[in-house]
Amino acid sequence: MKPTDTENPEYFHRVVDCQHACPAHTPVPEYIRLIAAGRYEDAYMINWESNVFPGILGRTCDRPCEPACRRGRIEDKPVAICRLKRVAADMKENVQARMPKIPKKKNGLKVALIGAGPASLTVARDLMPLGYEIDLYDATPKPGGYMRQQIPSFRLPERVIDEECGYILDMGVTSYFNHRVESMKALLDQAYDAVFVGTGAPSGRRLPLPNYDAVEGTGVQLGVEWLANVAFDHIDSAPEDVLVIGGGNTAMDCCRTALRLGAKNVKVMLRTPISAMLASPWEIEDTQAEGIPILENYNPAEYVVEDGKLTAMKFEIIEYDVAEDGTEVFIPTGKIETIDASLVLLAIGQNNAFPWIEKDLGIEFNQRGLAEVNPDTFQSTLPQVFFGGDAALGPKNIITAVAQGHQAAISIDQFLQNKSVEDRPAPHTNLMSQKMGIHDWSYSSAVSDEERQKVPHAPLAEALKSRKLEVELGFDDKLAFEEAQRCLNCDVQTVFTADKCIECDACVDICPVDCLTMTPNDEEAVLRQKLTVPAENLDEPLFVSEALQTERVMVKDEDVCLHCGLCAERCPTSAWDMQKYNYKTAKAGSSPRESVVNA
Amino acid sequence: MSYTVPSFRHPNLPRNELGYTSKDYEGAVSTLCAGCGHDSISAAIIDACFQMSIQPHRVAKLSGIGCSSKTPTYFLGNSHGFNSVHGRMPSVATGANMANRNLLYIGVSGDGDTASIGMGQFVHAVRRNINMVYICENNGVYGLTKGQDSATTDLGSKSKKGDPSPYEPIDLCALSLQLGATFVANSFSGDKDQLVPIIQAAIAHKGFAFINVISPCVTFNNVSSSTKAYDYMRQHMASTNTVDYVPTADEITTDYQEGTTERVTMHDGSYLNLHKLEAQHDIHSRRSALKLMKDYGAEDKVLTGVLFIDETTQELHEIMKTTKTPLRNLTEKELCPGADALEKLNNQFR
Repeated sequence: MKPTDTENPEYFHRVVDCQHACPAHTPVPEYIRLIAAGRYEDAYMINWESNVFPGILGRTCDRPCEPACRRGRIEDKPVAICRLKRVAADMKENVQARMPKIPKKKNGLKVALIGAGPASLTVARDLMPLGYEIDLYDATPKPGGYMRQQIPSFRLPERVIDEECGYILDMGVTSYFNHRVESMKALLDQAYDAVFVGTGAPSGRRLPLPNYDAVEGTGVQLGVEWLANVAFDHIDSAPEDVLVIGGGNTAMDCCRTALRLGAKNVKVMLRTPISAMLASPWEIEDTQAEGIPILENYNPAEYVVEDGKLTAMKFEIIEYDVAEDGTEVFIPTGKIETIDASLVLLAIGQNNAFPWIEKDLGIEFNQRGLAEVNPDTFQSTLPQVFFGGDAALGPKNIITAVAQGHQAAISIDQFLQNKSVEDRPAPHTNLMSQKMGIHDWSYSSAVSDEERQKVPHAPLAEALKSRKLEVELGFDDKLAFEEAQRCLNCDVQTVFTADKCIECDACVDICPVDCLTMTPNDEEAVLRQKLTVPAENLDEPLFVSEALQTERVMVKDEDVCLHCGLCAERCPTSAWDMQKYNYKTAKAGSSPRESVVNA
Repeated sequence: MSYTVPSFRHPNLPRNELGYTSKDYEGAVSTLCAGCGHDSISAAIIDACFQMSIQPHRVAKLSGIGCSSKTPTYFLGNSHGFNSVHGRMPSVATGANMANRNLLYIGVSGDGDTASIGMGQFVHAVRRNINMVYICENNGVYGLTKGQDSATTDLGSKSKKGDPSPYEPIDLCALSLQLGATFVANSFSGDKDQLVPIIQAAIAHKGFAFINVISPCVTFNNVSSSTKAYDYMRQHMASTNTVDYVPTADEITTDYQEGTTERVTMHDGSYLNLHKLEAQHDIHSRRSALKLMKDYGAEDKVLTGVLFIDETTQELHEIMKTTKTPLRNLTEKELCPGADALEKLNNQFR
C-alpha cells in the first residue's frame, strides 16, 4: 500500500466516525468534552455553528452519529450523543451575546425563503451575518415547519422551538407568517436576487381503499395534518378507538398523541413485522412503554362506514417475507379481521407538492415530482432558485435539512457574489498536539468502563395526562458527566512520524486493542490479513506509514482504536503523538471575498 | 501518565486451545521507561505462553533485582511469582523447582543481576541443569542506578554519559556453553519474529534453557557509541538460524532450501524446525557454537538464534532421582515410612 496521505483533510475526518456520519459534520467529541467540563455555553455554540438547532435536535435527531460511534464497536452501546447535545442546550445560560453580529449596512442583495422550516432557517442563519436582506414566508402562524407541526410537544416542547427559531428571526429576518406563497412567478417578479425553496414534504400520502371518499377528512385523516392541527390547538380531543396505519416516526407520534387526547384504545397497525419498522428504535421503545399495542402483518383492506361515519376497518392478515433481491413480499393468508375504529390516522409516508410553481419558469421537475436539483449545490435549473431540506431531494430528516441549508447558503452566496456555484470552499482543518509534559495529555485519555446511561422519564401516569409534558427529562449534570466520559475522543488523532521511529515495539506491545502492527508492506487485502488482529471491518481505513529503517511499515487499523494515547505515551521518540483534529465544514462567506458589502 | 490500560480489548481477539485470549496472559502496566527493550521481551513471553496454551496458574515467575527483574509484574498476571534478593534468583528457582517439578519456571534477570552480583549463583544453576527458562535481559548498563557500565558492556562501548568501557565483557552465552547449559540462544528484543519462537523452544526444552536477549536501554545506552543500542543491533545482527516451534509433527514449511532445515524432537513430542542460515553450524556442537560466535565477533557481528541444544540430557530431578510428587503432596506416611524402612535403608550400607 502507498503511505497514507494524512494531509488529505478527509483522512482524519473519517476517523471521527460520529462527525463523519453527521450530515452537518458537527464536531461531536469536541462538544462532549466541553459538556464534561461543564462548559455548556461553549458546547452549545459549537453545536449551533454546525446544526443550528441543538435543543431541538438534542431531542428529535435521527442520530446517524450513534450507529457510527466507535464505542458501539468495542462494547454494546454507542455514546448517547443526542442526549448529551440536549444537555448543552438545557444547561446553558444566556447565549444571545454570542450570536453573530448582523451588519447594519446591508449588501443590497435580497433573498426570499419559502417555508420556515429547518432548511430555510439555516439559510437565513448563514446569510444574515453576511449582510443579505431576507424575506421569510410561511403558510402557518409560527416558524419551525415540520419541527413545530409534526413533532408533538411531549417530545419537543414549544419553548425550545421558539427559542432556537428566535435566534435566527432576531437577526432581522423579515417574516411573513400566515402567508402562503401561491405563485413562484409572482415572487420572482418581486425582484428577489435569489429564492430558496424550503417547503418540506407537506402532504401526507392518502390510502384510498373502499369507502375512503365517505370518511376522508373526518374518520380518516392524514397523520401529518392531524398532528399539525393538534400543534396549533385546532384539535384537542381524540375518540375512544383510534387506529394508526404506518410504522414510521410519524405513526409513533400520532398514536402517542391520540392517547394523550383521550383515546382509550389506540393501536398501531403494521403491514410488516415490528422488525421491519422504519421508526427509530427509541421511538418504538417509548411507544411500547406507554402500553400502545403494535400489531404486525395487518394489511389495510377497507374502511367500514355506517350512517356516513367510520366504525371500523377491515384488514387482511398477510405473511411477510423479504425476497433475495431485498424487495418486500406480502403473501395474503385469506384471513380478514375487522377492528373497531372511529378515527384512522394515516402515517404511510409524505409527498412533495409544488402546485404553486408554474411549469413555464424554467424550473424543471423529474418523474418523482421533485425539482431537478444539483445534489451538491442545491441549485435548480433556474439559476437564481435553490432548494433544500425535504423539498429538495425528498423526505429525510431535520439534520439533513440543516446540512442542505448550509450548502444552499454557500451556493446562494457564491452565486450572488458572481462566483462559480460549483466552486465549493474547502473545510477548515487544524491539527494540534495534546502533549503536556512528558506523559500527559490535555484531554482525558483514560477510557471509562461505564455503560450507556439511561435517561430519566417523567412518571407514565402523569405523562399521559398532558400532550405538552415532556416525557424524557434529560440527563442531569452527573449523568451527563458519566456519559460524556464514555466518549473515546476520536478526534484526538494518533499521528505517526516514520523517521522518528526506532522500532522498539513499545506502541505495538501496549496497544490494548492490538490495532498496531509493524510488518513488510503489501497490497491492502493481504496487509489486512497480516495484522496482529486481522482488519475485517472494510469500512474503516488502514493507516500505512512511510518505510521504516528495517523496510517494514507501521500499519494501524483505525477500526477499534480507543484513542487512549498509550502508544504515544510509551513512545520514547514521540514518533506517535496525540493531536486534536479540528474539522469545520465551510460556511457561506468563508471563501475569500473582496468585500462583504457589494455595491 | 497512565497507570492502567483500558479494559477493552479487540472484539475479534484470537483464543488459544484453553479459550484464553492474550489478555489472560497480561500483567500490570509497565513502569519502565517508554521504549525499554524489556517491555518487548515481556510481550514476547506473553505471546509465547498464549500460543502454547500454557495454563497461567502452572507458571512460576522468578526474578532478582533490577529493571529486568521488575518485569515479571508486567506479564502473566495470573501466575505465581517470586521477586528475590539481588542475584539470588537461581537459588530460589532451584528450591522451588526441587519442591514442585510440575510447574513451568521462568526466571528473568539482567546483566547486573546475572553477570555481577549473581554470577556465583548463575553458574551453578547452569551446571546443575535445572529445568527452567532463564532469560537475561542484557542492556549492558545499570539502568536502575542511573546508567553505570555493567559486566557485559563491550570493550570500547560508550553509554550516553560514560567513557568507553576499558574492560573485557562477560559473554553469558559463551559462559553457559562452557558450563554445560543444554539450551543456549541469543536474541534481540527488537526482533519478536525471532524471539517468540526461541522462548517457545526454551519452554519446550527439558533442562536449563538460557536466552541472552540484547535489550536496549533507551534512557542511558541507546546511543550511536553503544553496542547495545537499537541501531547497532539492527546493523550488526546476524542469525545462525530461524526457528519455528511446532507443537505437533506438522509438515516442514517449504520456503527454505532443501537440506537447510533441521528438525529437533523435544522430550514432550513437540518439534523445533531450525532453518539454518549458517550452513557450517552444527546445532548439537558446543565447539561449533563457540567458534562461530568468535568468528562473527571478529567481524563486529552479533550472532543470534538458537546456538546450541542438547535435547537428550537429564535435568536435575532425573540426575538426583527425586520424587515425582510435589513435596507439598507428600503425606506423613511417605515422609516417615517408619522404623522398618529405616532399618532396611541402614542395612544397605552395612
